[in-house]
Amino acid sequence: MTTAVPSSGHQLKPSQLWGSVIAAGFAWTVGYALNGAFWDFIIYDLAGLDADSHLGASIHFFVYDTTKILLLLVGIIFIVTVLRSFVTIEQTRRALGGRHEGYGNVAAAGLGVVTPFCSCSAVPVFIGFVAAGVPLGVTMSFLIASPMVNEVAVILIFGLFGWKVATAYVTFGLIVAVVGGYVLGRLNLERWIEPFVFETTIDGQPVEPSTTMPWSDRFAMARQEVRTIIGKIWPYLLIGIGLGAVIHGWAPEDFFVNLAGSGNVLAVPLAVMVGIPLYSNAAGIVPLAGALADKGVALGTVLAFMMAVVALSLPEMILLRRVLQPKLLATFIGVLATGIVTAGYLFNTII
Amino acid sequence: MDIQVLGPGCKNCSNLEKATAEALEQLGMAQEITKITDYGQIAAYGVMKTPALRIDGEIKVSGRVPSVEEITKIISEATR
Repeated sequence: MTTAVPSSGHQLKPSQLWGSVIAAGFAWTVGYALNGAFWDFIIYDLAGLDADSHLGASIHFFVYDTTKILLLLVGIIFIVTVLRSFVTIEQTRRALGGRHEGYGNVAAAGLGVVTPFCSCSAVPVFIGFVAAGVPLGVTMSFLIASPMVNEVAVILIFGLFGWKVATAYVTFGLIVAVVGGYVLGRLNLERWIEPFVFETTIDGQPVEPSTTMPWSDRFAMARQEVRTIIGKIWPYLLIGIGLGAVIHGWAPEDFFVNLAGSGNVLAVPLAVMVGIPLYSNAAGIVPLAGALADKGVALGTVLAFMMAVVALSLPEMILLRRVLQPKLLATFIGVLATGIVTAGYLFNTII
Repeated sequence: MDIQVLGPGCKNCSNLEKATAEALEQLGMAQEITKITDYGQIAAYGVMKTPALRIDGEIKVSGRVPSVEEITKIISEATR
């Protein structure tokens, strides 16, 4: 019973439903606007900590950033889920069905961002796309863009790095997905897909519930999504921001600069190599990356590190192994890693 | 009636199974729930977002865990 969506929306009149959404939006705005002032008052005035001390700065960083990120996540996941309830993955597949490489890769990367997706769906999506005749490279563009440019990662980067870095992340993420998918499509790797994928015939009639869903159900779905995501990522978020706070307050200024500053030519590939096997969702890694950037690690390096962690995770690779033979999987990882390293270098050169 | 819960075994899949079992109990039906965990099979049914609920060969829900109330409604509509 506890796991189901409370469908209280059914008992609400439309005016009550929209009233509560507007009230929640107002409460959110006030909370977000007062966050800084509130914690200034609590930490510096009430608790009497010094804003210039290690302890004061770290604690303030921790509570202020945690509150800000949580508010951003709740607000934006809610909005994104409501918007996404209008898009289904079946529509996406249909849209990509007749597309050829090139334009298809661009469309796939774009749709990867707006289509609801989670990494546990990677395999059914892969089979569903390939069996329906979507070209391999186009499918790959979708599979790269969808987890990499996801709302949680983008919100966190926006919250901790600002809109410029968030824009760069989205742009480079899409370019890596388009080019990576295109390259993978050119390599004629179809023979390394597990044969059963092509033997799968799709006979089911997909549901299209979202086209007729009432607003109350969309909001209920969005509430559930917010709860699920926050419930899943909060430990990572607290640890990530906690470590970030420690680095922020205590790590010596030149430690990371020597290790991975702009002086180290190999910093980008190193960051990607460290990032690939790391399994953390964006929630844990972005705050940490934020602290590293504060301490002088080049921004492109940090960006490449985040992309590697978010786009390539060991559990997802293990899942994809069911449909991709080892050679194809290795090529996939190789192409993606090369793309991310290039993006990192490019960004370091531009900035 | 043939009731299937489709999903590779993620958390939401077992949530859907629990909710479906509860709905059946509320309806007083002693129906078995079949679990489909094979990816090829799931994809062959046309499902790309798990978990999914399939009743008598028809996908009723995909990609979310509906409330017990909603599942009850779906099942009783399917029995008619």
